[in-house]
Amino acid sequence: MERPSWAPEDVDLDRPSIARVYDYYLGGTHNFAADRAFAEAVLTATPEVRTAAIGNRAFLSRAVRYLSERGIRQFIDLGSGIPTAGNVHEVLRETSAGGGKVVYVDLDPVAVAHSRAILDGVPDAAVVAGDLRKPAEVLANPALRGVVDFREPVAIMLLAVLHFVTPEEHPEDIVAGYAAASVPGSYLVISHAGPVTGRALTDDEKKSYEAYRNSPTPVTLRSASEVEALFGDLTIIEPGVVPAARWRPDGPTDRLPEASMLVSAGIGRKD
Amino acid sequence: MRTMPPPTRWDQPPRAAERVARAWALSIAGTSYVSMGGREVQDFLTSLATRLIRALTAEKFEPSDAYEVGGTLVAAHFTQPETLEHTIAVLAEQFAGAPPKRVAEIQGALAAGYAQALRDRVLDEQEEIRTAALWARARAEEARWSSEARFRAVFVGTALGMAISTVDGNLIEVNQAMCDMLGYTEEELLSRHADDFIHPEDSPELREQYAAITAGRREHLRMEKPYFHKDGHAVWTDITISLIRDQADRPRFVVGMVEDITDRYLLQTRLRHQALHDPLTELPNRTLFFERLGDLLQTDAPDSRIGVCYLDVDGFKVINDTLGHDIGDQLLQTVARRLDRSISGPGQLVARMGGDEFVVLIEHSTGTDDVVQVAEKALDTVRAPVHVAGHEISISASIGVVEQSVHGTTPAELMKAADTTLYWAKADGRNRLALFDAARHALEVTKYELSASMPAALERGEFFVEYQPLVRLSDGVTIGVEALVRWRHPRFGVLGPDNFIGMAEETGLIVPLGRFVLREACKQAAEWQRTIPDRAPLMSVNLAVRQVRDRSVVADVAAILTETGLNPAGLQLELTESAVMGNAGRPLEALTELSALGPRIAIDDFGTGYSNFTYLRDLPVSGLKLAGSFIAGLRSPDGPDPVDEQIVAAVIGLAHALKLSVTAEGVETAEQASRLRTLGCDTAQGWYYASSLSADQLTF
Repeated sequence: MERPSWAPEDVDLDRPSIARVYDYYLGGTHNFAADRAFAEAVLTATPEVRTAAIGNRAFLSRAVRYLSERGIRQFIDLGSGIPTAGNVHEVLRETSAGGGKVVYVDLDPVAVAHSRAILDGVPDAAVVAGDLRKPAEVLANPALRGVVDFREPVAIMLLAVLHFVTPEEHPEDIVAGYAAASVPGSYLVISHAGPVTGRALTDDEKKSYEAYRNSPTPVTLRSASEVEALFGDLTIIEPGVVPAARWRPDGPTDRLPEASMLVSAGIGRKD
Repeated sequence: MRTMPPPTRWDQPPRAAERVARAWALSIAGTSYVSMGGREVQDFLTSLATRLIRALTAEKFEPSDAYEVGGTLVAAHFTQPETLEHTIAVLAEQFAGAPPKRVAEIQGALAAGYAQALRDRVLDEQEEIRTAALWARARAEEARWSSEARFRAVFVGTALGMAISTVDGNLIEVNQAMCDMLGYTEEELLSRHADDFIHPEDSPELREQYAAITAGRREHLRMEKPYFHKDGHAVWTDITISLIRDQADRPRFVVGMVEDITDRYLLQTRLRHQALHDPLTELPNRTLFFERLGDLLQTDAPDSRIGVCYLDVDGFKVINDTLGHDIGDQLLQTVARRLDRSISGPGQLVARMGGDEFVVLIEHSTGTDDVVQVAEKALDTVRAPVHVAGHEISISASIGVVEQSVHGTTPAELMKAADTTLYWAKADGRNRLALFDAARHALEVTKYELSASMPAALERGEFFVEYQPLVRLSDGVTIGVEALVRWRHPRFGVLGPDNFIGMAEETGLIVPLGRFVLREACKQAAEWQRTIPDRAPLMSVNLAVRQVRDRSVVADVAAILTETGLNPAGLQLELTESAVMGNAGRPLEALTELSALGPRIAIDDFGTGYSNFTYLRDLPVSGLKLAGSFIAGLRSPDGPDPVDEQIVAAVIGLAHALKLSVTAEGVETAEQASRLRTLGCDTAQGWYYASSLSADQLTF
């Protein structure tokens, strides 16, 4: 049942939040005891999760730079979490275009409040509270529409979030919903947890998987080919859906750690 | 004196710094998350290394450079303890040739700067996240408070009754409007359970739907239902029930919003009553009666039976006309009241159909006796004298009773049957009941259908004429034919005149039909006069009473004779005695005029009517046709009936005395023929000679 608008999400700091746990993976301290305890449990079983998180963050930066070079000036970062460092607007600032418009969207009220604080005074950026699983609702948000012009191409960023969408919630429809609202020439960026090759989980990985399974935000792992399917009608650009670290890397990638095989990433273009 | 330090490996700082930075980058790679590419990290560390080399090579140790390098690392998000660990180690390695004290001083200052910056950063970030959490929490609280406040305002201020209960049915909150609606205090209501509000008129479906809500299978429910007010009267409501779930989606509360629609409900009830009742007598009206009848015919088990008494007050029109409509109305009111009192009850509905017609519907009849009993009781009820405005009026009623299975009938058929049966009761003399007779009804229906379809049949040419030979008894020669009309009916096949001439006379269709037969016959006779002039038979055609009394008959005959060119001497018109005699007991003037046109006139069915020989003498009549009933007497198994034979002999004798020829009809046996010949009868017709035939089957 839909939560009535008059019953806001609880702010319960005793429950781990995926945004703050992710911040902890990246070495941030925007987190609380419950977040750290959860993150430590995962890192103890699978320390490579930290490397994977860092790799995902590096992919974000490369993807934003790549899209900026292709003329994209508007970004919607869905499930943006707690932007520790290297956020979209920061990456854009370092590009030759010197910036762009960014809207951060998150469901976690603490993440939204924090983003609001750090974006205070940043031009062309906004943060909105929203559930990325409801494209129509998110895209109708007046604050979002105040920044993004949908007559122009836009980049929709779904980084390390779709694995929190269960098959019953039809992630392919969610992706299609965002794609449908964008004009041709727009891009959709996805990174997603799961053994890239689709192999079975190791015992240690199972422990971490179970930790998430039993949390308020269970994960659904997907292989590269499953992630590819999420793009639907979009044209997946080179090199396709690959381990995040192999997606147009800055340097040599012949000696990638095993952890880089835990996140698939790719970009699709609407023609 | 100051001595220059010996040239070291770091005397060319830029290159040395690059070298150190490369080793440094390798050692700390992957220890922390930084948002820099590999090249950027290299440049960043080179600038830091430059400062460290400066600190290393300075004459006097100055901690600030190393201290700031520690802080700069943290600022670039090299925040993991491993980064510091690896940095200390790589510096020890890279600065191996330098004075150990100076290297240790640099490592110490860098670690101190790093620790200080990291401490500040952690405190800042914790501050930030706590502020964000507090803000988010405050927003949530505010939203909750304002939504709660809004809800309170709605709950308290609305005119709708509102109640919240747990899914177990325990009421936990009600508003004042709800209390006022049902007449209880809040405390009284809260001590009650949802089940206490079940009303006997609540349908089982409603219970199921409510159960579906509390079980979480349904979210909303809207219905009309009554409640009991504390003082006992019914409060009709339009109620919307909604389910509230908790955060885990489990059914938690049920909210009811209740609108008092008692006034509207009563108005609707009254309007419905008005729509279904007769304003004069307050009895159910025909709409309600047909509604109930329709329900019974549809829903009851097929072996169930039903009874209808269709009652009409005898002579009501006279009462209305003589005593006035007011008294007529009062009379109907009295009759209605009495019928209602004596007959209405469970399974027996008395309704007013309109005017002075009433109907009793008997549900679940066990047989005719049941219904007849009710009908007799109704007759008795109506027979009791009525006192209206000083008049004592004795009245009676007629009732048509139908009792039958509910299977295979419709309300319209049933009521048609009841209406027909009522008509029988009236026709049988009123003040009685008649019981429906399916066979009689079917016959009447068929007759009616035949009668109604006759004009169209005449148009379509379904009627045709056949001819029965008239045989001269002395030599057996066919000297004439009688034209007989037939109806080739599309459904019933060929029908003889007995089946429809009576009806045609009733409806008046006999006039055009008779004209048709006369024309057909005359055409045929004229043809025979042309084709076999020496043997052309006499054409005998019947004229019915109504035809003869129709003013146009003389002109018709004249026209047809002209039109067909028939020599009038070859035509004989058969009239019954009643046709010959006018209303005043005098023969018709038309007879003379007809005769003047030239045809012979014969009296048909002689002996069945007035049979007065005296007038025959003065009329232009040339023949008699003896009724078949006399002839039948000549063929009884024990030989001819002597009385009949004497009558026939006497009639023949008298006719001959008046110079009238005699024709015997319905001759079926050789014996009859022989007796008639002996008695001197002139001509005969009947099956013994030939039945009717088409013109081309006849030979002369």
